Amino acid sequence: MATEVFDQLRAAADAVRPSSYRILPLDDWIEAVVKDWFVPTLRPIFRALQWPIAQVLDGLQSVLLAIPFAVVVIIAVLAAWRAAGRGIAIITFVSLFLLDWIGLWRETMITLAMIVTAVAFCIVVGIPLGIAAARSNRTAAVFRPILDVMQTIPSFVYLVPIVMLFGVGMVPAVIATIVFALPPLVRLTNLGIRQVQGELVEAGRAFGSTPRQILWEIQLPLALRTIMTGVNQTLMLALSMTVIGALIGAGGLGLVVYTGLGRLDVGYASIGGLGIVLLAIILDRITQAMGDGDNARRRKAGRTAGERTPDAVAGEAA
Amino acid sequence: MDGTRGDGHASAEVTSVPRRIEVRGLSKVFGADVAQALSLRRQGLSKSEIIERIGAVVAVDEVSFSVDAGEIFVVMGLSGSGKSTLVRCLNRLQEPTAGRIEIDGEDIVAATEERLRALRLEKITMVFQHFALLPHRTVAENVEYGLKMRGLAKAERRAKALKTLESVGLASWADRHPADLSGGMQQRVGLARALALDPEILLMDEPFSALDPLIRRDMQAELLELQRRYRTTIIFITHDLNEALTLGHQVAVMKDGRFAQVGRPADIVLNPADDYVAAFTRDIDRGRALPVRAAIRQPGSAGAGAVLPEGAVSIEGGQPLHEVFALASGPAPVVVVDAEGRVEGTISAADVTALLAGNPQQGRS
Repeated sequence: MATEVFDQLRAAADAVRPSSYRILPLDDWIEAVVKDWFVPTLRPIFRALQWPIAQVLDGLQSVLLAIPFAVVVIIAVLAAWRAAGRGIAIITFVSLFLLDWIGLWRETMITLAMIVTAVAFCIVVGIPLGIAAARSNRTAAVFRPILDVMQTIPSFVYLVPIVMLFGVGMVPAVIATIVFALPPLVRLTNLGIRQVQGELVEAGRAFGSTPRQILWEIQLPLALRTIMTGVNQTLMLALSMTVIGALIGAGGLGLVVYTGLGRLDVGYASIGGLGIVLLAIILDRITQAMGDGDNARRRKAGRTAGERTPDAVAGEAA
Repeated sequence: MDGTRGDGHASAEVTSVPRRIEVRGLSKVFGADVAQALSLRRQGLSKSEIIERIGAVVAVDEVSFSVDAGEIFVVMGLSGSGKSTLVRCLNRLQEPTAGRIEIDGEDIVAATEERLRALRLEKITMVFQHFALLPHRTVAENVEYGLKMRGLAKAERRAKALKTLESVGLASWADRHPADLSGGMQQRVGLARALALDPEILLMDEPFSALDPLIRRDMQAELLELQRRYRTTIIFITHDLNEALTLGHQVAVMKDGRFAQVGRPADIVLNPADDYVAAFTRDIDRGRALPVRAAIRQPGSAGAGAVLPEGAVSIEGGQPLHEVFALASGPAPVVVVDAEGRVEGTISAADVTALLAGNPQQGRS
């Protein structure tokens, strides 16, 4: 008796559900629009976009794979030492040594080529966009929701249009990585430029600078640290895309993890993951130190001169 | 320091001193409804009433003044009085809403962007309250900034920067960064950056307000010295009336976007135009602000142009009043003379004391 009443109530309630009558074929519509119009119309444009990325990626990858292991290690360790000091140089050496020891050198170089390509294009696109956003509140207002969408859409979702437009392979994976990793660089470039003191920009104008000169002489140098933080963020996001990139045909360390997962091969998947972490540590430390480096050097120079140069001491006393 | 300035000065001596800056009815309104804000102001509403009513700020309100070549024109006012906006209109860092600005007969309001940049590099430079030095550049590179914008080669602008730094006593700090310098030294760099362009007009927006009192006094003396040497025309903004009276040939007291009074320092002190100005003058140091000649009771009593009386001591009339204390308290009569040594009048210790005490009877009208 009670269940009968309940069923009747439920039927009445379901009567107002639109899905009881018909399912809206939104998926068909999207497919129709994307397949019949979007993809064929825009494919030439997207193919053209693909070309420079393919050139850079191929070039970088063949160079990295051609250079002997020892040379790569020496260059990387020297770069780390110059930019970040002895500690980071040691970490770099140990990490690279380990990456080769576990048999993932080739994969590491492939991933490195992809990351560097993606970040390079992010810089080429992202910094000008950030500058544009910093110069006009209207531009910034247009960019903000777009960047929000780029950052919040799960990366799996836009793998689909990317595959449709660009196919599968390394280059589409790099493009997905660029889309995913771009927003922080645009945001932080914008922020960095806007944070430059108004009086300094005013001084630039008062001393006859054009807007372009103000940008190059005052705003960009002073925003550099914030922009480098953006580059660092972009790099980290790009690394986090390596496994997802493997879903659409990217090689490298991401593919190791993906293959290991597919085969339920815990060990193989784990060393792939370890490789990504080691690469992330090296790149993170070096780029962070590059961002701080300029200021740190200056502080150091100021301090030593203040302590040691006699004329400075005399000047201070006077 | 350069030929053009010397020539300009020479011709100035032949004819009467030319008007360098001529400002007529200058207004600047921030906000959407500019026309309405100005018309409300004309109907007698106060600045704050207009802000409340339509949200527009009348920062500068129909200000007119003129500045002669080689003169220091000081605009004194409290924060929010519109003085910083006013000075920024003169080199169009702020776009004037209405009015005329002429510099050496050239209409500044109508100047193109390109012409403005040229003016800022050739004629009108600026010194900022918080120095506005570039922290990533060395002291010399900061001083070179305007020269670089002019397109000078590296070696040439470095030489000029070092020379200018020398004139402000900072040559040995050329390759340090601004952060290594004290506030007073940083502002000297700011001054050197402006002077490196050999400007004819220097806009100074509260340049010494961020400095300690002792340093401020040194900088004031140094500025007067530099001004005497280069005959630069200076528009100087300050919120400190003592500073205004010490530096200014003319002083304008600004309130709510308008000039409450414009005049020579002695006029401001002795004949304040209204209660607002009078309230400021109550606190000032008369010994420094007033010239000796303000204490003369009987002008020309010893006979204008006459020779000095026997046993008298003389003092130049333009000296600050406190210079005469020691002389006036001595037994000999004190004779005030002008720059050429002609007698202007005599003063007594009582005259000086009365003037210092602020007795209005004593003031010259």
